[in-house]
Amino acid sequence: MSTVWVSADSAATSVGADEVAEALAVAGITVRRNGSRGMLWLEPLVEVETDDGRVGYANVAAVDIPALIAGGLDGGEVDGLDRIGVVAEYPWLARQHRVSFARVGVTEPTDLTAYIDNGGYAGLARALSLAPEQVVTEVTTSGLRGRGGAGFPAGIKWETVRTATADVKFVCCNADEGDSGTFADRMLIEGDPFTLIEGMTIAAHAVGATEGYIYLRSEYPAAIAVLRRAIDIAYARGYLGAGIQGSDLSFDLEVRVGAGAYICGEETSMLESLEGKRGEVRAKPPIPALQGFFGRPTVVNNVLTLGAVPMILADGGEAYAALGVGRSRGTQVFQLAGNVARGGIVEADFGVTLGELINDFGGGTRSGRPVRAAQVGGPLGAYLPAARFDVPMDYEALAAADAMLGHGGIVVFDDTMDASAMARFAMEFCTKESCGKCTPCRVGSVRGVEVIDRIRAGTDRDANLVLLQDLCTTMTKGSLCAMGGLTPMPVQSALTHFPEDFTGGTP
Amino acid sequence: MRGDGRVRRGPSGGPPPAVPADAARAAEVRAITESSRSLRGPLLPILHTVVERFGYVSDDDIPMIADVLNLSRADVHGVVSFYHDFRRTPAPSHTVTLCRAEACQSVGAGALYAATAERFSEDSGVEVGEVFCLGNCALGPAGMIDGRLHGRLSSDRIEALGEGWTR
Ligand SMILES: Cc1cc2nc3c(=O)[nH]c(=O)nc-3n(C[C@H](O)[C@H](O)[C@H](O)COP(=O)(O)O)c2cc1C
Ligand code: SF4
Ligand code: FES
Repeated sequence: MSTVWVSADSAATSVGADEVAEALAVAGITVRRNGSRGMLWLEPLVEVETDDGRVGYANVAAVDIPALIAGGLDGGEVDGLDRIGVVAEYPWLARQHRVSFARVGVTEPTDLTAYIDNGGYAGLARALSLAPEQVVTEVTTSGLRGRGGAGFPAGIKWETVRTATADVKFVCCNADEGDSGTFADRMLIEGDPFTLIEGMTIAAHAVGATEGYIYLRSEYPAAIAVLRRAIDIAYARGYLGAGIQGSDLSFDLEVRVGAGAYICGEETSMLESLEGKRGEVRAKPPIPALQGFFGRPTVVNNVLTLGAVPMILADGGEAYAALGVGRSRGTQVFQLAGNVARGGIVEADFGVTLGELINDFGGGTRSGRPVRAAQVGGPLGAYLPAARFDVPMDYEALAAADAMLGHGGIVVFDDTMDASAMARFAMEFCTKESCGKCTPCRVGSVRGVEVIDRIRAGTDRDANLVLLQDLCTTMTKGSLCAMGGLTPMPVQSALTHFPEDFTGGTP
Repeated sequence: MRGDGRVRRGPSGGPPPAVPADAARAAEVRAITESSRSLRGPLLPILHTVVERFGYVSDDDIPMIADVLNLSRADVHGVVSFYHDFRRTPAPSHTVTLCRAEACQSVGAGALYAATAERFSEDSGVEVGEVFCLGNCALGPAGMIDGRLHGRLSSDRIEALGEGWTR
């Protein structure tokens, strides 16, 4: 009988995929567990192997399994089930440009042989045939920019670390992924962990690092388990440790678990936390590339930045640079979240518009009501109204719209959204997650909540609106890091685009 | 430069820890700490292990860990208090931790959180908590219930999941 695939991704298991897999296994069916294709509204998605490819059935529950099996498991229609056809040809997926996510949902995440058979470790093989400076040149040529939020060119950072001299250098991966509306780091780690391991190994060769750490948030227990298993397998097969694949390269890699602090996604706070301290932000300079983990030169990159590196080395920096627009090269892994009908992962070349993502891919709201706004780029990102959805999704175009790409998360809201409540939440979030080191952020956010409360209550509205703008200016100009510095972005965008929600006193 | 991060045992900085209430626990915490001491930056891994093992960090654990790592108690205390994960009181029988971040708010997490907190307000065996994003933002409202991630949560679903709970 056919082999059946059921995702083990934690989004899929959060809506019953484990129970579905269990019901299949109990019935004697061979079940394999892939990552998720990223079509999260279809989960649990069950895929039956056929001669034409894997045929999908959407939103399957454990109680549907007897009917599915009675149907013969031949990929045909089954009464009561939503058959979506050959999964790889499903338009929502086929229209994307999957580069970093090419294997996610296709293979078993910790099957190293399948990884290699599907193009894995070709990048490392090529990197090891090159001198470190040539590897850095490939990354610089690719135009790859940091995917964690700030968009700093990866090649420049790597070159700084490469040319620094020290007794030891490090590669630290930022997998703290705290932004609401983002889950791509998690899904890459759960669905294709060797991509990250390979990317970090290439980085180690490029900069002369011998140790690596992945700072992975504790809210992601499944990702922690998968990544640790993958690291063990990579060691056992000679892809980590001393003399990797017979080369001179030695690289040790370890997962470190965060402890529930959003600010530890800020890179210097992350380094403090890795060192075993309170996650208080460090003043820059010195930059981590020169004095990072325990004061040594350290590459700090996001999961998706490092995850793009294997392909860049395998196919060449030029091939990656050929994708995208302007100074935003390559693909971006967008995440459609919130009140959206078809939420999940959309990997596309830079330059796709926000409207294409929300309306064409996302299918509008889940509630069926009109889309009113989207928050782009996480809790420190702007609220954009539907009238601005023509903005192309690249770093510069978003900046011109007083918004930012951040980590690529897009949170959709319907017409019941209350913009002043969201502005208040942005300030409240800052009061809870501030590291406390500087006053504009620590105290300003508390004041911000109070002022917005007064505006919402209709007390001295005009005076308090002026006060709120002043407060935002103080936070923007006076904060040590982007936590306090960017909290005004959601607040001021809400004020700009939805002033009618700040009239106060009205329900 | 701040050293290379490997903690070495030096002469003890302060007075020895007071006699802990639970000698077995103290011995285990010492063993946990000693076994991780050679890591670069061992404190967070140690605290995670203590919480996994005992459910929380007790007042007596702190001087013990400080002693083995040759840190001050204030240093260890400062770290414990900075992070949400290092709880200071025993865990209840059941935890319902709901996401209150933006994506989940857009599909009603605010009301769900309020209703759930109210539902279990009289129930000392169930702790309702908040979290900001569980990485399940396309299938909200999301929550962790007894350590397991759930999506598309509703009051009815939480009620059903809690049906067999004894407390
Ligand atoms: C408050 C705050 C939170 C952040 N959270 C993350 C995060 O969760 N993951 C991440 O990769 N970068 C995060 N960053 C950005 C990092 O500071 C840093 O720019 C990034 O890790 C560098 O890697 P990249 O160049 O590959 O993006 C955050 C920044 C700030 C100010
Ligand atoms: S802006 Fe906020 S989070 Fe950043 S250093 Fe200052 S207090 Fe800490
Ligand atoms: S915002 Fe709730 S899971 Fe991400």
